[in-house]
Amino acid sequence: MTSPVRASWHVGRVASRRRETTSAVRLELDVPTWPGNPAGAHLDVRLTAPDGYQATRSYSVASSGPTTRVTLAVDELPSGEVSPYLVHQLADGDELEVHGPLGHYFVWTPTEPDRSPVQLIAGGSGVVPLFAMAVAREREADHADFRLLYSVRTPEDVFFAEELSALSKTVVDVVHTRRSPTGSPRPPGRLTPESFAEFVFPATSTPRIFVCGPTPFVETIAHWLLKLGHDPNRIRTERFGGSG
Amino acid sequence: MPVINSGFGSRRGAGNPRLPPGQTLVDDWPVLTAGLTPDIGTHEWTFTITTETGAEHGWDWNALQNVGVEDIITDIHCVTHWSKLDMAWRGVPLDRLFEDVETSCDYVMVRSDGGYTTNLPLADLLEGQAWIATEAEGVALTPEHGGPARLLVPHLYFWKSAKWVRGMRMMPSDEPGFWEQNGYHLRGDPWREERYW
Repeated sequence: MTSPVRASWHVGRVASRRRETTSAVRLELDVPTWPGNPAGAHLDVRLTAPDGYQATRSYSVASSGPTTRVTLAVDELPSGEVSPYLVHQLADGDELEVHGPLGHYFVWTPTEPDRSPVQLIAGGSGVVPLFAMAVAREREADHADFRLLYSVRTPEDVFFAEELSALSKTVVDVVHTRRSPTGSPRPPGRLTPESFAEFVFPATSTPRIFVCGPTPFVETIAHWLLKLGHDPNRIRTERFGGSG
Repeated sequence: MPVINSGFGSRRGAGNPRLPPGQTLVDDWPVLTAGLTPDIGTHEWTFTITTETGAEHGWDWNALQNVGVEDIITDIHCVTHWSKLDMAWRGVPLDRLFEDVETSCDYVMVRSDGGYTTNLPLADLLEGQAWIATEAEGVALTPEHGGPARLLVPHLYFWKSAKWVRGMRMMPSDEPGFWEQNGYHLRGDPWREERYW
């Protein structure tokens, strides 16, 4: 994608929905007018009640490239207004208004000339845009080395578990903070500055780095990256949380 | 034919005429940042307005405080769909900082630590509409929220209220800043829902 695609409103239809984690669903939308999107982009979902009341929320897009099949993974915020509807009430065949593609910064495009390694670092549902990048990398024969470090509470909280384990061009490390899978050699526990260093490309390889997760997670990771000598100009972040 | 999502709407908050279209009220204060959070001490902080002739008007931290700090109660609206009402801020009005600035330019590029920029019409910064803010909700601005000082332009979407603000450069015509180059609207009026271009 050489020039950004202009964002506009589209109508999508729910082609399939399935449980993604204990608290999230995966939605496949058919959006006939969708112009495609770079890996890492997001979109706005707008819901309209029968009386005209509307609410809009932003979600990262898990799919990328020139496709009209748009994949979202929506984590339910129990006190929220939009995500519980998308998780529990939306049905196959329902229509949904989406606006996008949005975001030309927190994206990875294979046409970029930079072939330095790419380090992806995700906390919780922050993995969605990074998963899109890893899949985009998978489609290229020869490109940059990719690593994904994914911090998540339990095995049941892992998004795209099957797809992540099938990636052949991204080295994936999943760190469980509360409970590890049975038989895992690594006990559950939060990342530490020491363990973190083992999971990321060294600063000497000048990786591009994408970090996405809750604000405290991103702040902690960014701090560690700087201490390891990474160039702040090579680090892009996306934060969420708090905005129910 | 508009899309109607049957069964949606039962969890809505009370309608609030102070919320622009597409916005939702929050009580906390989310963070939107594209890169790292700079950590600049007030002793090393300066703010500079540069005109088209290259003339510079500069303030360090103490000089800024001496210009005169005001209390501001205002609503803020983020492009990511949250709004926060009646926030208490303290800051120095841009009107005072522009008092001695001679310029015929109508546009401003705002520059921050970390390389972030955003563009604004000068008219959106004057007439009591904008401040260099140093406190929010009774405490000094934390780095996460743009401390030690951020721009405060509450009548526009909040990405225009650049965190870690360090300078302004006068421009003869409107040019996109960082977020604007990355898809956000050139002006960003929340009441017109000017989110994206």
